[in-house]
Amino acid sequence: MNDSIIQSRRKFLQKAALGGALAGTVSLPVWANSDKLEFPDDLPEWMRIPGGDFSNYGQPSPHEQQVIRWISANPAAPGNGVSWTPLHDLKGTITPNGLHYERHHNGVPQIVPDQHILLIDGLVNKPLSFDMKSLERYPMVSRTCFIECGGNSNSGWRSNPIQSQAGYAHGLVSNAEWTGVPLKILLEEAGIKPTAKWAIAEGADAAALNISIPLEKLLDDAMLALYQNGERLRPENGYPMRLVLPGWEGILNVKWLRQLRLTDEPIMSRDETSQYTELLPDGTARQFTFVNEAKSLITSPSLGMMLPDNPGIYQISGLAWSGRGKISRVEISVDGGDNWVDAELHGPVLDKAFTRFSLPWHWQGEYAILQSRATDETGYVQPTREVLVENRGKHGFFHYNAIVSWEITEEGDINHVYGF
Amino acid sequence: MSMVSKFISSTAIILISINSFADTDYQPLGKAADDLSKQAQWNLSISPTGEGLPAGKGTAAQGSKIFALQCAGCHGPEGIGASADPLMGEVGSLASEYPEKTVNSYWPYATTLFDYIRRAMPINAPFSLTADEVYALSAYILSQDGIIAADVELNQENLPQVAMPNRDGFIAIYPE
Repeated sequence: MNDSIIQSRRKFLQKAALGGALAGTVSLPVWANSDKLEFPDDLPEWMRIPGGDFSNYGQPSPHEQQVIRWISANPAAPGNGVSWTPLHDLKGTITPNGLHYERHHNGVPQIVPDQHILLIDGLVNKPLSFDMKSLERYPMVSRTCFIECGGNSNSGWRSNPIQSQAGYAHGLVSNAEWTGVPLKILLEEAGIKPTAKWAIAEGADAAALNISIPLEKLLDDAMLALYQNGERLRPENGYPMRLVLPGWEGILNVKWLRQLRLTDEPIMSRDETSQYTELLPDGTARQFTFVNEAKSLITSPSLGMMLPDNPGIYQISGLAWSGRGKISRVEISVDGGDNWVDAELHGPVLDKAFTRFSLPWHWQGEYAILQSRATDETGYVQPTREVLVENRGKHGFFHYNAIVSWEITEEGDINHVYGF
Repeated sequence: MSMVSKFISSTAIILISINSFADTDYQPLGKAADDLSKQAQWNLSISPTGEGLPAGKGTAAQGSKIFALQCAGCHGPEGIGASADPLMGEVGSLASEYPEKTVNSYWPYATTLFDYIRRAMPINAPFSLTADEVYALSAYILSQDGIIAADVELNQENLPQVAMPNRDGFIAIYPE
């Protein structure tokens, strides 16, 4: 083994020397006939000095320190707020666990797993409790899906376009592979009474967040998730257990789940009446608007970046998702919506999950308005802001899914604009 | 060992290994929780009909003092216009150009107010208020917009009867 390496190195040196001679150089390269290598100074430091130690839990490169969740919390109550996934800094479709968006109502509880149980009671034949040890023995499923806060992109309702980076205006959505026990199994073990129509989910945080969920969804594709992207849930994402309801707004995906009480009627909790309802211009409000409808966003190029080469070829790239199923089409316009071209969808295109799209664009230095428009497999087409505002008014606050427009100036700067 | 007995024993081994796979996918491991289910700490949610309300009582006059001490810091002395969500005022504003979603203008059930104060407020010390204090705070907030009279003592019987101004303001989108 060693011999062959030495031999091949000699052959390489001979050939290199020969090559130099054939090319008509005056003398052989110095390194070819010297014991001391002269070129190492031209190699980067990390090739000449042994690298760093192993780590028990890896961290991103220190050169990526700007890739962070942007925290927006109430200064008077720092546990009440959100943090945004930096969608503009990420590629692919999986959100790293440390960058998954957060919405906390009163901080991140530090739950001791062996002191936490899930109680299933109410309209069941026998109330049951499950601890972590027993849940680990149930069959589990894995599923990649997005979770999006009902309040994501709500700055879009404002009269003036917010000049925030893509993720810091639209990043209350993230996409992960969740692994856990299908809720159907646990509910059926408790025995569902025929009168049960809803379940009141309650979290074990310092807001004891409670919200009503249709039983139909829990029996369909809901999961009691224990793992996120292969590792145990992060505390900020519900450790040790949370609900995952693919395609339904974040508030229903209750973190730190402690109880599911089956009922015949919704409980009308604070977060299904005063919040996560959408006020319409006539003063009435839409309630139980669970599904996150189709949406897309160009993440690159986007605000905060600029186009350095004029002319130049740029990869328009972004994300599309729908709470009703798979994304079937994403179109891109560079002229404010007059003309549309189909983007390439990067597979696998998964149900209720992020789909990455892209399209190369030859920019000639002209003023441009970049937009993406998603269509899902039900035929639903992402609306323009004008249509959304016409249908819902300006005070809905939740479920803003309109087309986002990035203005490219002739200098290559990027701004967020309305009116296209 | 004869050929026959060898055959039998190897067959038995095969059968045993087949049988070691589970007939059903999982073993039910939920623990009976009838008693747990009845305990107060597992009965936090209060329904619009008042199911789950604890015994107790309180008036706006009592609530006013608690409000000043426990709530005004974040919600403002008038219960509106501070860092926390607005609570009082703006009844009838929902269809206007500048709607304000306060407890009194927007929330459809008074039971939700009791439920939410008890489980989540004050934000620095949830579950620190007594049932009487939560009734008193509810009475204070609701009386500020005349939803209940100033001298009403709220309790588990009459709280669910409170008619909120926006009781019928919601359109259920689910089921579609």
